[in-house]
Amino acid sequence: MVDIALTETLTATDRAATVAKGGRRDAAFHALTWAAAVLVVILFAGIMVSLLLGSMPSIKAFGLSFLISEKWNPVTDKFGALASIYGTLITSLLAMLVAVPVGIGIAIFLTELCPRPLRRPVAIAVELLAGIPSIIYGIWGLFVLAPWLQVHLQPWIIDLFGNVPYLQDFFAGPPYGIGIFTAGLILSIMVLPSISSITHDVFLTVPPMLKEAGYGLGCTTWEVMWRVVLPFARTGVVGGAMLALGRALGETMAVTFVIGNAHHISTSILAPGTSISATIANEFTEAVGSLYTSALIEMGLILFFITFVVLAAAQLMLGALERRAGGAS
Amino acid sequence: MKNPRLLAQRRAINVAFIALSVGAALFGIVWLGLILYELLVNGVSALAPILFTADTPPPGQPGGLANAILGSILMSVVAVAVGTPIGILAGTYLAEYGRHARLAYVIRFVNDILLSAPSIVIGLFIYEVIVVRMGHFSAWAGAAALAVIVIPVVVRTTENMLLLVPNGLREAAFALGAARSFVIRSVTWRAARAGMITGVLLAVARISGETAPLLFTAFDNQFWSTNLNGPMSSLPAVIYKFAMSPYADWQRLAWAGALLITVAVLTLSIIARVLERRRS
Repeated sequence: MVDIALTETLTATDRAATVAKGGRRDAAFHALTWAAAVLVVILFAGIMVSLLLGSMPSIKAFGLSFLISEKWNPVTDKFGALASIYGTLITSLLAMLVAVPVGIGIAIFLTELCPRPLRRPVAIAVELLAGIPSIIYGIWGLFVLAPWLQVHLQPWIIDLFGNVPYLQDFFAGPPYGIGIFTAGLILSIMVLPSISSITHDVFLTVPPMLKEAGYGLGCTTWEVMWRVVLPFARTGVVGGAMLALGRALGETMAVTFVIGNAHHISTSILAPGTSISATIANEFTEAVGSLYTSALIEMGLILFFITFVVLAAAQLMLGALERRAGGAS
Repeated sequence: MKNPRLLAQRRAINVAFIALSVGAALFGIVWLGLILYELLVNGVSALAPILFTADTPPPGQPGGLANAILGSILMSVVAVAVGTPIGILAGTYLAEYGRHARLAYVIRFVNDILLSAPSIVIGLFIYEVIVVRMGHFSAWAGAAALAVIVIPVVVRTTENMLLLVPNGLREAAFALGAARSFVIRSVTWRAARAGMITGVLLAVARISGETAPLLFTAFDNQFWSTNLNGPMSSLPAVIYKFAMSPYADWQRLAWAGALLITVAVLTLSIIARVLERRRS
């Protein structure tokens, strides 16, 4: 396959020249790959610097009040990101509340309970679903889920908590269909496949010997999972959940369709709200005036910062797991 | 030492636990099944040959998605053509030259962050760097945003695939006197080729549904356009615009577009899987 044509009558000088040529090409190729690798870091730094520069006018105009003001008024050029930040955090929190237990449940089902011939197909199906673009979830949420929630689930929730002190404020009507709750639900469905496929992978790194020892002592499936598998896989499961959280925080299309785009914070999670990504997607191309654009870019910067912290934590946890798995094998 | 009550209790907990995780699995699968079902029902009913021959219409008139499909394909091709070589070279550095270099740890870390970074932020970045400089929206900017998404995917898969190549192969080539760059290009890359193609396919699948970074880079264009220097339509952007509109015929086109994208993404992922499996 490899065509190395070395003639047998190679003189010493020819030989030296060939070696030198190889050396030069080697250095050039090394430099090329190095440059490409450094470009990745430059891209990352470029994103931060350009966002920072772009948001300078807004930072100068509003300072810290940008973070704690709920006011969003393009007409008077008064901008505060609190409602969007709140929406981003609360929808992701809701998504995690649903998706983490369900995702872990699916992973447990796949590793321990699912009939063997079904395991591979179901695992592959879950992974394929993780690749479905978010806009698909968005359009489904808008046309199918939101109307259904409005007619069926939300009136029921509002009635259910209507007379419960404290909780009634969280679930106050009217049923809009779209809103924070719907956005959180869509997000949870969206991150579900990635949580379960990462958790499934992590569970597979648990040495079978440990589980067999547990079963050998007469443990039930629950005891093996709770006392053996989960403690062993803890870092990886948390890392996987953090990774999903990072994606949920930055998710745009699935949220934009159903969140309702209202720039204020309601106590009720059934009310419409907005998130950082939804605000940017909705308003950026229509933003007139440099301060408006700059405020939106500053929101992007905040979003990048939040996701960076979450994703970095996820990387550190999953990285620790990888090293351990590498060391064990 | 037998304690029948304890045993019964443990069994009961176990049964409850099994019921819960089977329930979780069903819950998840039912949701995902519902999404695919609605997508199929609404998408298939909107499928027609005109989708591929006519451009996006004004409301109330018949039309298709031809310009959007063309735009998506053009921008994806440019993005992959730019992003793949960079990604492969960077992945090669990580796996071959800088495997344990301190720089490589930084690059891996940054790359994994970029892999999951919000795509809308990448759109803002390209807007600042390209759209503002050029003064107008353009397909070049859209392709650049997509390329920024392609690079980390290709870097990660290339590195992983190259690390799977047995060291014996490299050593055998070195022993024959081949230079390192020659060994990488003719031995390691060749051995990892299927895996690297998988990475590129996954990257294409990833960008074909990306909407957020295109909204304010390539923007949208109602007409058939092959001019990369001007605004260009794309399937996701059209789906976004049409689905949010109050017009029933626009919404039908949005469903059709959603079905096309999903079919494309699933096909690419399945081909990638088959390739990967053949290798192992």
